[in-house]
Amino acid sequence: MQQLYFKLRLFNLVFLLGLFLLNDSCKSGKNNQQGKDVGIEDFLSEEDIFDDIDKAKKIFYSLPSPLETAMLLKSAGISYSEQVLNDLANADKYSTNKSKALNLGIYTTDLSFASLFDQAQTSLKYMDATKKLANEMGISDAVDEETLKRLEQNLNNRDIVMDVISETFLNSSSYLKENDQQDVAAMVLVGGWIEGLYIGTQMIGDSPIEGNKLVDRIAEQKLSFSIVERMLQDNKVNLKGEENRDIIELINELHGIEVAFDKIEVQTSAVKVDDETVGDVTVLKSQTKIKVTPEAFKELQSAVQSLRNNFVQ
Amino acid sequence: MKKLLFYMVTLAVISLLSIPAQAQCKGFAKKLCKLELTGYIHDGNYHAAILTEGEEAELYKTFYSGQKYRLAICGSETLPPIEYQVVDAYKNVLFDNRQQNDVGTWDFTLESSQQLKIIVKVPVSNQKAEFPNSGCVSIMFGFQETK
Repeated sequence: MQQLYFKLRLFNLVFLLGLFLLNDSCKSGKNNQQGKDVGIEDFLSEEDIFDDIDKAKKIFYSLPSPLETAMLLKSAGISYSEQVLNDLANADKYSTNKSKALNLGIYTTDLSFASLFDQAQTSLKYMDATKKLANEMGISDAVDEETLKRLEQNLNNRDIVMDVISETFLNSSSYLKENDQQDVAAMVLVGGWIEGLYIGTQMIGDSPIEGNKLVDRIAEQKLSFSIVERMLQDNKVNLKGEENRDIIELINELHGIEVAFDKIEVQTSAVKVDDETVGDVTVLKSQTKIKVTPEAFKELQSAVQSLRNNFVQ
Repeated sequence: MKKLLFYMVTLAVISLLSIPAQAQCKGFAKKLCKLELTGYIHDGNYHAAILTEGEEAELYKTFYSGQKYRLAICGSETLPPIEYQVVDAYKNVLFDNRQQNDVGTWDFTLESSQQLKIIVKVPVSNQKAEFPNSGCVSIMFGFQETK
């Protein structure tokens, strides 16, 4: 009885300590929302937004999804080529959790890219490849028969095709995140994002980079790279406190891209809300300065190619 | 002794309730919040969590020039209207839904690409309750295809 009483007292102490910490974390969650007096001509580097990050809060890092990545490439004027997509025959080769996760992201970007260019049959084949990998990862409801049927029946309706891709990606990412596999969800996102960089850099090839809209779009990915780094750092240790070897390996593998991006300058000014906004869509006015030399771009191109080829092997 | 038992039972109930609640956020995001993106293409990313009154969350994302975005933030019915702000790297507040009748969506476009931070807060409700309410909060992004 005495032992039980001791245990209950200990429990009480832990419970009260928990309440105290919770209260404390809520207090520390207060934000300093005082805007600085800055003009549109002042510039910051891509890391400054993380200055006052508060680990006590729930933090989300959002990378461009495969669908958004494909859309960004298309809006930058890219043309379609099937040559740059990951070979469908490779889908049978992936045996580790890491290779499956990365290539689920890669195939989803390829699927999005093909769909945005109305490549109906290719889209179907890539949907099959994503279904195969998702099933092998235990995400059986990512692409069900009904989804495939909806895709097949609406192959010529791009809006529905994009909705299907968005839905399947949401199914995968929500399954992984709600089953304590945030690390795997992060690897899927990184795979998809790298594939976008790969397609973009390959399509530029040896073309001059001066005044090339696609080059600017690729250079701007430096802003998302800092989010990739944060997201992976946050997943280095799993919920049990164990080191995640796949994530640590991936961080090391991304080093070449980090070095290449370091040679590209991307600076952003403060943002001002356009007071003369017409309609319901607010226009955010700002400037971004991008400085990229042909040598720096070549280095990025080569680092991305090497990493992506390593992923799809 | 009674107090201790009360704590234990409360904790057990909270932990039991949190398991199905966690799983329900996916359904909540897909079936309810996604509707707020009508007219836009959902990017497919999933950002949802159980938050309790008084808790905050932050989301970091790069938004690209030339794209038209819709941000949708939804909370479970058990929660008071969710408050959120969008700020830039200089901590300028670009949007605050408390000044817009607690609206759950915001449509915007950017002249140049930017990293923005979205700060979400579940306010403490005025109703007196023994325990603060918890529920799903989902942050979603949609975009429109640039013609």
